[in-house]
Amino acid sequence: MTTGSSSNAGPTHRLVEAGVTLLIALFGAIVIAGSLKAGINWGAEGPRAGFFPFYIGIFIVASSAINLWHGLRDGDDGLFAEWGQIRQVMSVVIPTAIYVGAMPFTGLYVASAVFIAWFMRWLGKYRWITVLAVALGMPIVTYFIFERWFLVPLPKGPIEEWLDL
Amino acid sequence: MEELVNLFHGFAVALQPFNIMVMIVGIVLGVLIGVLPGLGGANGVAILLPLTFSMPPTSAIIMLSCIYWGALFGGAITSILFNIPGEPWSVATTFDGYPMAQKGKAGEALTAAFTSSFVGALFAVIMITLVAPLVASFALQFGPAEKFAVYFLAFCSFVGLSKEPPFKTIAAMMIGFALAAVGLDSITGQLRLTFGITHLLNGFDFLIAVIGLFGIGEILLTMEEGLAFRGGNAKINLRVVVQTWKELPSYWVTSLRSCVIGCWMGITPAGATPASFMSYGIAKRVAKRGANFGKGEIEGVVAPETAAHAAGTAALLPMLSLGVPGSPTAAVLLGGLLIWGLQPGPMLFVEQKEFVWGLIASMYLGNIVGLLVVLTCVPVFAAILRVPFSIIAPLILVLCAIGAYSVHSSTFDVVLMLVFGVIGYLLKKCNYPLAPLVLAIVLGDKAEEAFRQSLLGSQGSLGVFFSNTLVSTIMVLGLVALFWSLIQQGYSRLRGGVHKPA
Repeated sequence: MTTGSSSNAGPTHRLVEAGVTLLIALFGAIVIAGSLKAGINWGAEGPRAGFFPFYIGIFIVASSAINLWHGLRDGDDGLFAEWGQIRQVMSVVIPTAIYVGAMPFTGLYVASAVFIAWFMRWLGKYRWITVLAVALGMPIVTYFIFERWFLVPLPKGPIEEWLDL
Repeated sequence: MEELVNLFHGFAVALQPFNIMVMIVGIVLGVLIGVLPGLGGANGVAILLPLTFSMPPTSAIIMLSCIYWGALFGGAITSILFNIPGEPWSVATTFDGYPMAQKGKAGEALTAAFTSSFVGALFAVIMITLVAPLVASFALQFGPAEKFAVYFLAFCSFVGLSKEPPFKTIAAMMIGFALAAVGLDSITGQLRLTFGITHLLNGFDFLIAVIGLFGIGEILLTMEEGLAFRGGNAKINLRVVVQTWKELPSYWVTSLRSCVIGCWMGITPAGATPASFMSYGIAKRVAKRGANFGKGEIEGVVAPETAAHAAGTAALLPMLSLGVPGSPTAAVLLGGLLIWGLQPGPMLFVEQKEFVWGLIASMYLGNIVGLLVVLTCVPVFAAILRVPFSIIAPLILVLCAIGAYSVHSSTFDVVLMLVFGVIGYLLKKCNYPLAPLVLAIVLGDKAEEAFRQSLLGSQGSLGVFFSNTLVSTIMVLGLVALFWSLIQQGYSRLRGGVHKPA
């Protein structure tokens, strides 16, 4: 997957698709293994727990095999995406992963404010005043809509506890 | 005429002030969802589902279904003004809607789109009113084998009718079934496929999957394309509306044809997107001015919009009467019913009359309210579209996280949502359809239960699925749907290889 350095380079569609197909096949294999563990034969009260998922797993592996064959035979030789585009996508995925990972410790509100601020400042290049207005405004609006009006509790961290919200 | 009486009771329920308010809120939220990229009907409803936990079920379903109508209306706005389909089913609307807007006829195009949406939905609701009770009372006699046959038919139609390669559809669907199987087995009470991970004891919630696959996945796709909105202003005034309305009746044939296509595609779970394309394609071939399609022909807006809205509405018929949703959004609504403790399917019409007829009545009213809202508020919604994506995207991501968290108050679900998002992005890019995956997660347990119960009755013989006329008919229909593309190929080959395209 690491070929080329020009701006129009990137992994080919065929390669990524083969990778995805193999991952799906692996998932199918895991399902089959799990079903075997649960028992796929006929028990005292009919088919046992692994009976149905076992065949599902077989279907996944079999259809992946066909997809892999189709993909390699007459697959798309074009690019899956340019590296620049993949960088764009990763610039969302990685911060979102950090945001999601931090949520159990900081609570949703603080994490959201930091996340929105980062996103707007870094990718949108907005003035700090706009950034702060949206980044602080959104969690406050969320707090009133969810916690106060619809009584849906959201995760809170040390700062909310300190503020006694 | 018992249905008519029930329907009037339904109107009495839907016309309560609280429910009317809920309806308007739902429509406005829905249009917003339809207009914003990354927030589609299915995940929009999924995110807002937790907000309805504290409401009475009837008001909750009215709000959620109105979000759905709103999203259907909203998709047209972006297609016509910005050439960006807010929803997949409004792609076909861009073909003629955007050229019309470029010619300065945005008002006409929008009026035509909204009005045809309304007509399509109305047609489908009338169909639901007349047909759903019949289907439900018929389905009351279904045993486990017939139930499984209905699921079989639904999933086979996906394989046969979707434009993605059939084995990719099967793979996506089976992933859904496998995810649904994780956790406690409902029949034996045994744990399976959890591999000792406690978070997986309750299995995968499809709401998390919907928010991840459709919401996060869509944002990632949009990021990759580096989206920039550009488009003209929209002004709709009463004169334009009235003028367009005078012109529209002359397209009644297209309208009617699109309604029928939409209803058919909506009931079979092919959904609104293929319905809109099919309707556009046929209209282009049949219409007198078909050659002008693509250059800004009003009929080219009428055809896909009518069909998409009819299909989107008709998708609720199998959801209500059989418990088999016809689209991902209908699946989310079905998930909502389960959470409120209502069992979708034929018994709903017997046990929860007020709920069912309240919902059906709200479909009539919701679409009227929707038409009024979109006709009057287009400039506002168009202005929202000019908010840059780098502000919209983090807000939508945060909303998705809130939605995912509040389903079970679990931060693990939020992590899962992101994983589903990345998977959704990869699958979408590799041309795997996501709708069958979601529907399989929703229906997996029920399909499995029906399958195993029927086998139990027959001592493991598959012959039970062909044991009487009813079940055999449904199964054969399923097989026909499964091999539909092969049958079509064979048929055109039989008619002679002369017409074979090179």
